[in-house]
Amino acid sequence: MSSRTSQTGDKVFSTTALVAGVLILVVLFSVAVFLLIQALPAFFADPSEVTGGEGFWSYIWPIVVGTVMAAAIALIIATPISIGVALFISHYAPRQLAQGLGYVIDLLAAIPSVIYGVWGITFLAVELEPVYEWLAQNAGWIPIFAGPASATGKTMLTAGIVLAVMILPIITSISREIFLQTPKLHEEAALALGATRWEMIRMTVIPFGRPGVISAVMLGLGRALGETMAVALVLSTGPLIASLIQTGNSTIAAEIALNYPEAYGLRLSELIAAGLVLFVITLAVNMVARWVISRHKEFSGANS
Amino acid sequence: MTNTTLTRRQSKLTKGRLPKYAAWAVLAAAVILSAAIMTLIGFNAFGWGVLAAVLFTLGLTGISAAVEGARKAKDKLATCLVVGSFLVALLPLISVIWTVLVNGLPGLTPEFLFYSMNGVTGEFDDAAAEGNAPVLGGAYHALIGTLLMTLWATLISVPVGLLAAVYLVEYSSGGLLSKAITFFVDVMTGIPSIVAGLFAVAFFAVILGPGTKTGFVAAVALSVLMIPVVVRSTEEMLRIVPNELREASYALGVRKWRTITKVVIPTAISGIASGVTLAIARVVGETAPILVTAGFATSINFNVFSGWMASLPTFIYTQIITPTSPSNPDPSAQRAWAAALLLIVMVMLLNLAARLIARYFAPKTGR
Repeated sequence: MSSRTSQTGDKVFSTTALVAGVLILVVLFSVAVFLLIQALPAFFADPSEVTGGEGFWSYIWPIVVGTVMAAAIALIIATPISIGVALFISHYAPRQLAQGLGYVIDLLAAIPSVIYGVWGITFLAVELEPVYEWLAQNAGWIPIFAGPASATGKTMLTAGIVLAVMILPIITSISREIFLQTPKLHEEAALALGATRWEMIRMTVIPFGRPGVISAVMLGLGRALGETMAVALVLSTGPLIASLIQTGNSTIAAEIALNYPEAYGLRLSELIAAGLVLFVITLAVNMVARWVISRHKEFSGANS
Repeated sequence: MTNTTLTRRQSKLTKGRLPKYAAWAVLAAAVILSAAIMTLIGFNAFGWGVLAAVLFTLGLTGISAAVEGARKAKDKLATCLVVGSFLVALLPLISVIWTVLVNGLPGLTPEFLFYSMNGVTGEFDDAAAEGNAPVLGGAYHALIGTLLMTLWATLISVPVGLLAAVYLVEYSSGGLLSKAITFFVDVMTGIPSIVAGLFAVAFFAVILGPGTKTGFVAAVALSVLMIPVVVRSTEEMLRIVPNELREASYALGVRKWRTITKVVIPTAISGIASGVTLAIARVVGETAPILVTAGFATSINFNVFSGWMASLPTFIYTQIITPTSPSNPDPSAQRAWAAALLLIVMVMLLNLAARLIARYFAPKTGR
C-alpha cells in the first residue's frame, strides 16, 4: 500500500471516529429539540382543551408528584438493603464466593422490566393485599396508610416495592465497586488497633465510600423515575392521593405508556410534553450524580 | 489489698468470648422456637423464615452483649443485618424466576413458538377456557419482531459506539470535546427508555409525517439506549490495551488507523464483543420504547420499514392488559407467561454468552 493512500486512510478513519463521537452529542441534543417541537402545542394550547381542563401545568403536576413518590418509596427500601448487599459481597462473603454472588445480584438487573411488572400484579400484589388490609385497620390514622385498602393490591406501595427490586442491583454494583477500593492500609490499620469488623467498616469503608454511594443512589433514583412498564402494569392509576395503599396516583412514564396507544392530536402532544418533563428531571438527577462521580475519577458505574 | 485485685482481674483481651458453636446453637434454638410460635398462630414457610431470622439476630446480639460486651455485640448485629440484607435481595430473584417457570412452562409448546396470533380471536380462547380446545396462537410474530428490531438496533449502535470509543481513546487528547462526550454518554445511560421511544417518534414525525410506526423507528429508539452502553464498555476495553503494542506497531512504520484496526481492536475484541452482547441483552427486554414506536401487531411482519410490528415484551404487555378474550383472560395469561419465560431464557443466555466470550476469547497475556 502506497504511503499516500495510507495517509488518506488515516484522515478518513480519524474523521469518521470524530463524527461518531459528535453524533452522540447531536443525538442527545436532538432528543431535547424534537421532543420540544412535538410538545409545543400542549404548552400553548387553550387550557380548557388540555386533559383536566385547567392547562398543561395543572395536568402535569399531580403525576410529577406521583413519580417522585414512587421513586422515593423505592429509594427508602432499596438503599439500606443495597448497601448491606454491597458490604456483604465486598467485606463479608468468602473471597472465592464473592464474585459469583455479585453475578447473582447482577441477574436481578438482567430481568426485563415487563416481567417484573407481570410478577408484580400476579404474585406480589396478591400477597401484599392482606398486609394492606391489616395496615388500613391498625395504622389507618397515618395518612399514607389511610383505608380502605385496595382489594387488588395494585397500589403505589406495591409499585414502589417492585421499583426497589429493580434499582437494587444498580445501587449495589456501584457501591460494591467503591467499597472494594477502600485503601487496604486504612482497613488494616483499623483492625490492628483492635477494631471489630463493623468498627473497621464504620471508620474506613463508609467514610471513603460515602460520595460514591450517594451518586449510586442518585443513579438508582434516575432509573426509578423513568421506569415505565413495572408501574404501568402494577399500579391501577387514578388521581393524586396521599394514601399509598389505595388505588390512585400515577407516574409520568406510566401515564404515557397507558394512554399513548389511543392518543392523537393534542393528547399526543401532551404525552410527549410529559415525556419532555421526565427527560429534564432525569437528566438533572443523572448530571448531578455523574458530576459527583467524576470528582472521584477512579470509579464509574456506567458499565454496571 | 492491691495485690489481690491485680491477680483476680481478668485481662480485657481474653475476657468473655463466645465459643465457636454459639452461633449454631442460637440458630437451632431460633429455628425451633419460631417453628413452635408459627404452629400456634398458623404455619407458613415464609413467616417461619422471617421469624427465625429475627429471633436469631436478637438472640445472638443479646447473648453476645451479655458475655462479650457492647462492642462485640454491635459487630454481631451488623453481621446479621448485612447477611440478612443479602438474603432479602435474593428473595425477589428466586420468586420471579420461580413464578415465570411455573406459569410459563405449560404454555411453551412448539405451536407457541411457530404460530402467530393472526386470526386468533376471543371465541377460540373462550373454547379453550371451557376445556373444549387447546390454547391456540403463539408468539412467532413477536419473536421475529424482537429479533429484527434488535438486529437493526445493533447494526446502528455498534459502528457508532465503536467509532466513538475509538475517538475517545485513540484520537482525543483529553480536550473539552472528549470530556463532553464522556460526560453525556454517562448521562445518556440514564435516559428513561420511554423518552428514547418518544424521541424516535418525534424525530420520524418531523421527517416522515406523524403516526409513523414501524420496526425501524423502534430500532432507532433502541439504539439511543444501546449506544452509550457500547461506548462505555468498548472504551474501557480499548484503554487496557497495553501501549507497548501500539508503539511496536508505530515503530514498524504502520499507520495509526492500520494500527487501530489491525492491532488495538483485535486485542480488545473479546471484551468489546462481550460488552455488545450485554448491550443487546439490555435492549431485548425493553418494552416501553417499542410500545410507542412499533405499535403491536398480531400477524407476522418481516419488513421493518413498513407496518406495525410485535415484539416479545409488547406481546406480554398487551396479552396481560388487553386479553384476547376479555371474559376469559386465562389463555392470554398463559401465552404471556410463556413469552415471559422465552424472554428470560433469551436474556440469561445472552448474559451467559457475554461472560463466556469475555473469559474464553480473552487475549493470551503470554506470561
